[in-house]
Order: sequence, then C-alpha cells, then structure tokens
Amino acid sequence: MIEHMIWMIPVLPLTGAIINLLIGKRLPRRVVDSIAVGSISLSFVLAVTAYFHLISLPADQRQFTDTVYTWIGLGSFQVNLAFLIDPLSAVMILIVSGVGSVIHLYSVGYMHGDKRYSRYFAFLNLFAFAMLLLVLSSSILLMFVGWEGVGLCSYLLIGFWFEKIENARAGMKAFVVNRIGDFGFIAGFLLLFTTLGVKTGIWSLDFSVLKSNIALVPVAVLTATGIMLFVGATGKSAQIPLYVWLPDAMAGPTPVSALIHAATMVTAGVYMIARMNFLYVLAPDALRVIAIVGALTAFFAATIGLVQNDIKKVLAYSTVSQLGYMFIGVGVGAFSAGIFHLMTHAFFKALLFLGSGSVIHAMSGEQDIRKMGGLAKKLPVTTATFIIATLAITGVPGFAGFFSKDDILYNAYVSPYGGTFIWLLGVLGAVLTAFYMTRLVLLTFYGKPRMDHHTAEHIHESPKTMTVPLLILAVLSAAGGYIGMPEVFGVHNVFAQFLAPVFNSGFAVPEGSHTLEWTLMGVSVLAAFSGIGGAYYFYAVNTELPARMAQSFRTAYAWLLNKYYVDEFYLKYIVGGVLKLNTILSLFDARIIDGAVNGAAKLGKKLSDFDGAFDRIVVDGAVNAVGDGVVSAGGVLRKIQTGLVQNYLIFAILGLALLLSFVLL
Amino acid sequence: MLSPISLQDYLILSGLLFSIGVFGVLTRKNAIAVLMGVELMLNAANINLVAFSKFIDRGIQGQIFALFSIVIAAAEVAVALAIVIAVYKTTRTIDLDKEDSMKG
Repeated sequence: MIEHMIWMIPVLPLTGAIINLLIGKRLPRRVVDSIAVGSISLSFVLAVTAYFHLISLPADQRQFTDTVYTWIGLGSFQVNLAFLIDPLSAVMILIVSGVGSVIHLYSVGYMHGDKRYSRYFAFLNLFAFAMLLLVLSSSILLMFVGWEGVGLCSYLLIGFWFEKIENARAGMKAFVVNRIGDFGFIAGFLLLFTTLGVKTGIWSLDFSVLKSNIALVPVAVLTATGIMLFVGATGKSAQIPLYVWLPDAMAGPTPVSALIHAATMVTAGVYMIARMNFLYVLAPDALRVIAIVGALTAFFAATIGLVQNDIKKVLAYSTVSQLGYMFIGVGVGAFSAGIFHLMTHAFFKALLFLGSGSVIHAMSGEQDIRKMGGLAKKLPVTTATFIIATLAITGVPGFAGFFSKDDILYNAYVSPYGGTFIWLLGVLGAVLTAFYMTRLVLLTFYGKPRMDHHTAEHIHESPKTMTVPLLILAVLSAAGGYIGMPEVFGVHNVFAQFLAPVFNSGFAVPEGSHTLEWTLMGVSVLAAFSGIGGAYYFYAVNTELPARMAQSFRTAYAWLLNKYYVDEFYLKYIVGGVLKLNTILSLFDARIIDGAVNGAAKLGKKLSDFDGAFDRIVVDGAVNAVGDGVVSAGGVLRKIQTGLVQNYLIFAILGLALLLSFVLL
Repeated sequence: MLSPISLQDYLILSGLLFSIGVFGVLTRKNAIAVLMGVELMLNAANINLVAFSKFIDRGIQGQIFALFSIVIAAAEVAVALAIVIAVYKTTRTIDLDKEDSMKG
C-alpha cells in the first residue's frame, strides 16, 4: 500500500506550492498557511508510515522503489520517474519533512505581516518538494532535477525581500556559486555514465545499476568522478572554496535560513556523497580530498565565526563549519556517522535559527549582538531552547551533537583515510565552536541590555506558533542523539545498524580499542568545556579582554572579521579576471567579428547598388518602352472609336464591299 | 406586250430597296429612321428569298424561310424599340450623333 504512495511525499508540497502560486493571493491567509503547513505535514505522516513499513521488513530487504512512469526511454537506456526508499532516503525524508513542517509552522507566526504571504509559502513548499525529490530519486538524473530545484528555490527565497538590492544580490550570488558547483556535478555523472556505457554497454543512471556495475569502471575514472561530484557538493553544501554564498544567504527571512541550513539544501551534498558511497569506497583518493576539505572548512569557518557580530552570520559560519564535520565523516568512509551528524545538526541548527528569528522578531529587526544583551528575562522560552541547542552543537555530553560529533572524530582518528591531522583540526574546530556559541549566548541573552530605550520597550516573547516549534526542536536536540549511541556505552548503535544495508558495499572502519575510544571522547569533552570556559572568561568575567585582544592582534582580527578576504579575493581575481577576459573578447568582437560582418554588409550594399542600377535602366527600360509604344499606338487608334454607331456601320459596309469585291472580281 | 417579270427584275428591285435601306441607316440622325432603314434591308433580303424560291427552287422552302425571317424581324424591332426607349429615358434624346458615350 504505502509502497505505491511514495510519489505523494514530494507531490503533496508541490501541489501546495502550485495552489498558492496560482490562487494564493485571493485566498484568506488562514487558508494559505493551512495549505502549506498541511501539505508538508501530510508528507511527514507519509514519511513516517513509509519508515514503519521499512523497519517491518527484514534488514537485508529494506528497499523498495515506486516507479511512476518511464521518463526517458531510448532503447535499452531508461530513466524512470521512480522513487527509492531505503534506510538512507527514509532518514532523509524524515528530516526534511519533519524539520520542514516545524519550520513551516514557525513561518506562520514569523511572516505574519508580510505582504507576499502566499508567495512565501508557495516557495517554501516548492523548496521542500525539490529537496524531497532529491533524496527520493532512484537515479542521478532525477536527483539532479531536485538538485537544481533547491538551487532555484534558494535563489527565490534568499532574494525574497528583493526591494533591497543586497538581498537580490545575495540571491544571485547563491545561485551563481551553486551553478559553478553544479557544473562539476554534471561533468562527474556524465563521465561515469559514458565510461560505463562505452566500456560495458550498460547505459544507465540508476543508482542500483551503477552500484552493481561500479567495479567495472577504472579506478582513475572513479577518482575523477568522485572529485567532480564533490565539487558539486562543495557548491550545495558550502565547503571551501564555494562556501561564500551561505553567509550571504542570511538575507532571506530567518525561517528560510533555518530551512536552508538545517533541513534542505546544504545537506544535499552530504547526502549525495553518502548515496554514491559505492563509488567512493573504490576511490580512496577522492575520499581523502573530501576529508581534508571538510576538516579545513570545519576549522576555518569556525575561526571566522569567532568575531562576527551579526547573530545570523555567526550561525551561518557555524553551519559551514558543521558541514565540514559531516564531510569529515563521509570523507573518512564513516558514511553513517556523517548522516548521523546531518540529522542532529538539522535539529539543533533549525532550533538555533528559529531561536535567532525569535530574538530578531523581539528586537524589532535588530541583528547585531553588540546591541542586545539581557534578553533572558524577557524571552524565557527562546533563551531556554537556544541554550539547549548551544549545548547540543558544542558537544556537551548527553546532548545530540555530542554523540554525532564524537562518532565523526573517532572515525576520523581510526580510519585509514583520516588520521591525526584531520582529527586535530576537528578537535580545534570543536573548541572554537564551543567558544563562539557561548559568546553568542552570553552577548545575546546575558549581561547588561545594550539596546536603545525604544527597542527595549517592545521586547516580547514570540507567539505560540513560534514557540511550539522551538520546544519540539529543543526536545529533539536534547534527546535525538541517543539513537546513535556508540557501542562503547554497552548498547547497539541503532542508527548505524539501520543504515548499514545501504553502506554495506563499503568497508568496516577498523575497530579501535575501547581505551582509545574513551580517550578520544574525553578529549572531545575537554575541547567543548575549554571552549565554553574560555568564552565565559572573555565575555562574562573579564569583559574588557576581547576589545584589548582585538587591539593587540589587530591584523589577525581584521583578517577574521573580513572572513580572510575571500570574497574580495574572488571579486578581484576571479570575477575581475572574467571581466578582463570579457573586455578582450568584446574588443575581438568589435574589431574582428563586427568588422567581418560590416565588411560583408558593405559588399552586399555595393552589389545591390549595381543590381539596382541594372534593374532600373535595363529591365525597367524595356518594360517602359513596351508600355510607351502601346500607349502611343493606342493614342492613334483611339480616334477610330468615335462612339457613333453610324461610323461603325460605314466601316462594316466598306469592309463588306471589300470582301465582296475580292469574291466577285 | 409586256414581257413577263423575270428574276432579274426582282433582284434589281431588292437591290434598290437594300441600297435605300443602307442609305437610310448611314445618313439618318433619328434612331427610329435608322431602324426603318434596317427594315428596308431586311425586306430586300426577303424579296430575294421569295424570288429565288419561285425561279430556281420551284418549291416553297424559300417562301417559308421568308415568313420565318419576317417573324424574327418583328421580334428584332420590338427589342430595338425597347432599347431606343431606354436610351431616350437616360439621355433625353434619340439623336445618334449625340450618342457618343462609347467614344475612345
């Protein structure tokens, strides 16, 4: 039954989007948000049903496909519009539709007064549709449709308040940077497709077919494909060097940031790598690249996060950093650890963003944490949930982030593709994460209020539609990690076991000793607490210290504050280079191409001048001569036509006489 | 003693009659008079028909043909007079020298 209803999971939000796009403007607001929230919630219900159906099957048969129809059929090459449910996509649709529903609900309160209310919800639904399509598709081509779909929706939603030019620019930046990555993605899967097709005659883009034939492809091609696909992932999932769009994506409404950072979009890259695990386990070099890029991103994004003053910017860099951890996970071959962190991150990052939305809402739109402070008393629910999320992201034992981050760091240490360097970057990143998150909490919710009097008067806790989602996510952030408790605690890692069938083509990460695992866990915990303690000392005990530090390390501070000048670098050398190339090309265009075209035009004009003259003198002359001759002859002959009937009769009789004279004489 | 009337006499008569008709047709200004001339020419032809029938054919074929000709001439005159009336109604004259609207 549910096997044939899988298609409804993505189609429901699509329907909601279409209804709201077409007639949303004429519907009452209550109906608009009911359609949007209702459709995504129904998807979530179906996803849960599909999940329970899946776990009712034996572990090695947990996979089924819902084929809707044949999209492309060229001889033996077929692409079906088919949806695949296996443990991996089941986890993903639960996250996407679950967290997505919560964010939809929250938006009802947050977007309360917006003038493009129905359009907002239509785009939000469309976003959920694209992401669900991406995770459910059974072939790379269909996945790519969803992949582009989320890119489009991010553009639409980041630039949602397009009246301000920066917002529109941020939307365009996200789109363009993503397109650069997408190019890698296309090149990657086409390379795999053609190599496999030419070598073996198996033309297919289907995951299952690719999986069973992947060993026939040479390792060099697999490595190249893996790296190209990863380029696509760096675009979607905001890794070095294509992470620059994500911090700017803050221009959109805050629930959109939550959706992009938690449930959809940025997780697409991690999911794609995990989905293609059968390829990556055969291309260890590609895996190493992923792990190193992930580790560097995790560390450098965290350093930038230390000094940002915009509440959403801090969270944005923390997302980039956390995505780095996920790539460390999948990059060292611990795919389930990566997906586990993806899930826990979805919970606490959605919570952080929605919480920051609640803060911004209360602060009448203010986002600068230097102008906040002391909000804890006025926003009790927001503060409590925000702190839970912070504990989760910093990796305090018992909270969701602790288990997933620890899982990744442990695997990074013991995996043959990881190593001490990657582990060390991860741990340092964890210290920094704990530091900037604690700083954010202290500056926002504690200390002396620093806002102006007018804003202070308006601070109020958000309405129920906003606080209920916060509470739901807080519970998940606190408890969501227990399904992936490592075996060292004497339990089974339920999450990893559930995902194991999808990743069974891979290799087992070698077992470290329990002593090692406890040690590494201890280091992680120490990292978290040292970060928290450091931030507490800086921002609660010795509050003049940060300013003094910024003074004495002015250069370093400026580099961090300006995000290592990466945007400026891209603007000057890459965008500037392209512009210079454009100038040269435009000169070439003006001189040579236009010259050739103009020359041809001039030649054509000369030719037609000659033709025109010939036409005028010779052809027209002949025609006119004939006409003139006829006219003058007519002038003579017309005199015979007197119009007098008796004249005609005279001619007739004379003619008769003439004839008779011939006959008779 | 007068010699009996011969074929030539008939032919001379019809020749004279035809000529008078042609003269009338070509010279008269009045359209009715022109029609009269046409009638003379027709009847000259009828005389020929009867004369040849009497002297050469010796049957009644030519005479019957003349009767036909007279009936048809009557119809022709009816049509011609109708045309003259129509012309008079539009131009208020039947003077043929004034009817030159077909002048080239």
